[in-house]
Amino acid sequence: MLEALEGSAAIAKAVALCRPQVLSAYPITPQTHIVENLASLVADGQLRAEMVSVESEFSAASVVLGAAACGSRAYTASSAQGILLMTEVLYNVAGLRVPVVLTCANRAISAPVSAWNDQQDSMSVRDAGWIQLYCASNQEAVDTTIQAFRIAERCELPVMVCVDGYILTHTLEPIDIPTQEQVDAFLPPYRFSRMLDPLRPISIGNLVTPEYYAEARYAHHQALLRAKDEIEAADRDWAKVCGRRSGGLLSVEGPDDARIGILTIGSVLGTLADAREEYPDPPAKLLKLRSMRPFPADAIRHACRGLSDLVVLERALSMGSGGIIGAEVRSALFGEPNPPRVHNFAAGLGGRDMPLEIYPRLLKAAEAPEPTRFAIMDVELQKLPETER
Amino acid sequence: MEQTLTARALHPVRLTEIRIHGRGGQGNVVAAYILAQAAFEQGRFAQAFPSFGPERRGAPVSSYVRLADRAIQRHCQVRNPDFLIIQSQGLLHVAGLTAGLKPQGGILINSARDLPELEAEAADALESRNVIVLGADALATGILGKPLPNTALLAAFLALTELLPLNALEKALARRFKGETLERNLALVRAAACEVPAGLWREVAHA
Repeated sequence: MLEALEGSAAIAKAVALCRPQVLSAYPITPQTHIVENLASLVADGQLRAEMVSVESEFSAASVVLGAAACGSRAYTASSAQGILLMTEVLYNVAGLRVPVVLTCANRAISAPVSAWNDQQDSMSVRDAGWIQLYCASNQEAVDTTIQAFRIAERCELPVMVCVDGYILTHTLEPIDIPTQEQVDAFLPPYRFSRMLDPLRPISIGNLVTPEYYAEARYAHHQALLRAKDEIEAADRDWAKVCGRRSGGLLSVEGPDDARIGILTIGSVLGTLADAREEYPDPPAKLLKLRSMRPFPADAIRHACRGLSDLVVLERALSMGSGGIIGAEVRSALFGEPNPPRVHNFAAGLGGRDMPLEIYPRLLKAAEAPEPTRFAIMDVELQKLPETER
Repeated sequence: MEQTLTARALHPVRLTEIRIHGRGGQGNVVAAYILAQAAFEQGRFAQAFPSFGPERRGAPVSSYVRLADRAIQRHCQVRNPDFLIIQSQGLLHVAGLTAGLKPQGGILINSARDLPELEAEAADALESRNVIVLGADALATGILGKPLPNTALLAAFLALTELLPLNALEKALARRFKGETLERNLALVRAAACEVPAGLWREVAHA
């Protein structure tokens, strides 16, 4: 049913509809409202789940790892430093191939301390072996959360659902919350094939010697690559239930004859979509990168055919290197016949607004005689001491 | 790869944007959420959000509402609001209070004082602006027993702009309050709406 809901409340409702059995989280802005809402649902008896209060994000991640390994459907959420504090456990959850769903309410990383949005937190753990799906709207956050449990459980891999903090989590807008029947039909009860069970004892998390470690990494990498099919299938099958798609691995929207594309991730896509109506010329395609891991290199190559220029806009960077997504897109396009020129920008760092006017500027940047390998937009050098410019 | 085909809209989305100024802890975000909820109850499209960042009790804060004739996709900040709702006259001295307000835009202020007095005190913010003053604290104290200005300000705002009928606001309040609290809030809606010239800002709101 369509309701006017704060993003966090809608995400909590979506989680509850998935019938998780164990929840554990430590509050951190802007994730807090999600777990507060879940705690209320548990306290009010609307959600039958064990809500485990912990003293840190490290423990929250450990609790859901243990719970899922023992066969419970488990969920946690965090942001920024909370994600970083979880990092050791995040690698363990993934390496042990235990299905867990985590919402990352994206927030910039300290230092300098910022309470505002960017995506440096989830991007910093992109290599932890989790599936990472990014949401462009609160509706996608709801639908992706539901899909995430099915993907996690079918692939036996954890899924991180990344939602721009504040921009989505704190915005109230009309959001369709599916019915319990719809979710139940889509998401069967959780059965973990390697469940810890005293009647069938197994041991997990053992020391792996050099004779086997590479094989374990190979298998994990392959599992993530194979997950592409499940991510697409979950989106397709959920559309059969509710009539909406969230964009599979990568979705493309715009006129077929457009020669310019903008590839980006997260909530700025809506802003760019509105902007394109205000600035219809030149025509441009919007490429929505939904799955950062697994990285949809094939889909990107396919989507870039016929483009002369591709602008990659991201909300994080690899300091000392440049763009994270930009580098991976260039790598995906390397060796293609007539690939588009790739212009790479980071923007929206630490809560800097990305207004509609960013769209014509990106299109203008695509006309530059030499493509921008990487730049942070709108850096005001006069704010810096001479030596830092 | 998925190909999403959405019909191109015939015109860019038409928006009315409102910025609400208050102090942390005074229900600034709640006011924005109630207004967006009212639009939703009326079948309109709406979006509401706070000024992002840490929450600080007592500090000047703002929240934002967008109302539209179709789905709002953008998630950027409101830079050029059509209207300001100011929950407390004490905020008139906050720098940048009217920043970005469209030239023809309206300002609704909660104050016990009259307009000439406020203009004399805060000429920078109010000079040559469309300003309406509402004694929302007194109205609320009389009906709710507490100086909670939100309901009165929202009712007056809808009466001035006719953006939504008052019963949309009443439905939004009914989602949040029950029993006597709701009844008193509904009485406050009717009382506050009569305090301002009906439809005075209609043209600006429907431009």
